[in-house]
Amino acid sequence: MKPEDFELFSTLVKQRSGLVLTAEKSYLLESRLFPVARKHNMKSLEDMAQALRAKREEALMFDITEAMTTNESFFFRDQKPFTLFQKTLLPHLLTARAGKKQIRIWSAAASSGQEAYSLAMICVEEAAKLQGWKVEIIGTDLSREMVARAKGGIYSQFEVQRGLPVAHLVKYFQQIAGDKWQIKDNIRQMVQFREGNLLTDFGVVGPFDVVFCRNVLIYFDLPTKTRVLATISGMMPTDGFLILGGAETVLGVSDKFKVVPGEHGLYMGASCDVSLISGARG
Amino acid sequence: MKTCLIVDDSRVIRKVARQIFEAIGYACEEAEDGRKALDACTAKLPDFVLLDWNMPVLNGLEFLRALRLLPGGDKPNVVFCTTENDLSHIQEALGAGANEYIMKPFDADIIRGKLEQLGLIES
Repeated sequence: MKPEDFELFSTLVKQRSGLVLTAEKSYLLESRLFPVARKHNMKSLEDMAQALRAKREEALMFDITEAMTTNESFFFRDQKPFTLFQKTLLPHLLTARAGKKQIRIWSAAASSGQEAYSLAMICVEEAAKLQGWKVEIIGTDLSREMVARAKGGIYSQFEVQRGLPVAHLVKYFQQIAGDKWQIKDNIRQMVQFREGNLLTDFGVVGPFDVVFCRNVLIYFDLPTKTRVLATISGMMPTDGFLILGGAETVLGVSDKFKVVPGEHGLYMGASCDVSLISGARG
Repeated sequence: MKTCLIVDDSRVIRKVARQIFEAIGYACEEAEDGRKALDACTAKLPDFVLLDWNMPVLNGLEFLRALRLLPGGDKPNVVFCTTENDLSHIQEALGAGANEYIMKPFDADIIRGKLEQLGLIES
């Protein structure tokens, strides 16, 4: 790909999604953009770049952004954040929110829905403790295609085996074809999915007690990270929980959150007493 | 070193699985049918069994039922790894005492994921 074409595509994707594509990612750009070019009846990425320069057509810009921001996801990805949610955050919230008996959870950059559904499964596992409570789980993603997939809750045989214990497969899925499995209605009804862009229109209204925003910030430059964290912070009570990906942190990025010592990837509002959480675990 | 018994009538599958388990740090043994696997378990119980379903002589399910009756036979973690991919087979396997279930085709990520869930390796 010509450097000026790479520049054009990466600038567009950065403007619309915040995703920063460095030159070493150009192979990824090529492999993902060829299908877009084909869809728009163009022979090459060069043609597509030219078309884009001539006319900034929305449908084309939408497809390019969508193709570049689609990420792989699996159930109970990394496992630890989910154990943390089940064993530490949920018990804490059961006390802290005992007055209103309501917990709101946001899976930001929900992709095809596995994270949000994993959280829903945990809530069903803990149903006895949550009796009489209202639990809302909302997943957002900037990709229209991903939101539609997430809503459908249909996954391939490969996807339902990555990270998902077989006991959960048996309990929470129905087999709809040989190698296709769909999340059962009782779980699907617990989760709402919407289009939302972390840079512009989040697509949701706070406050959220728990926000999962994993493996998104890594793609943003520093000012964008700071801005996104500030907006998320505005949608959370100070004692709410933010969970970031393993390679992400608020340190040096945002003063709205502070680290919960001893819990990798867990953050709370800057003015909150985090010893409530870390202290309880000794 | 933890031990893994790989039971499959396909030499190719045994080889692929062996590479994955050795990379994780298991010492591997192989068996090409349920009878040979049961003989191996009677001699010495492994920590882990990766188990095909459809095999000559003694199939995976028959092997599993016999294994669970051996002294200490409840201890090994047994994970089916089979092309049988319908719910009824999965339920039958779990009912017979399987700890996990993998539907072929599989890759190293799926195996690692199952081992993490069983608490055998760190995520």
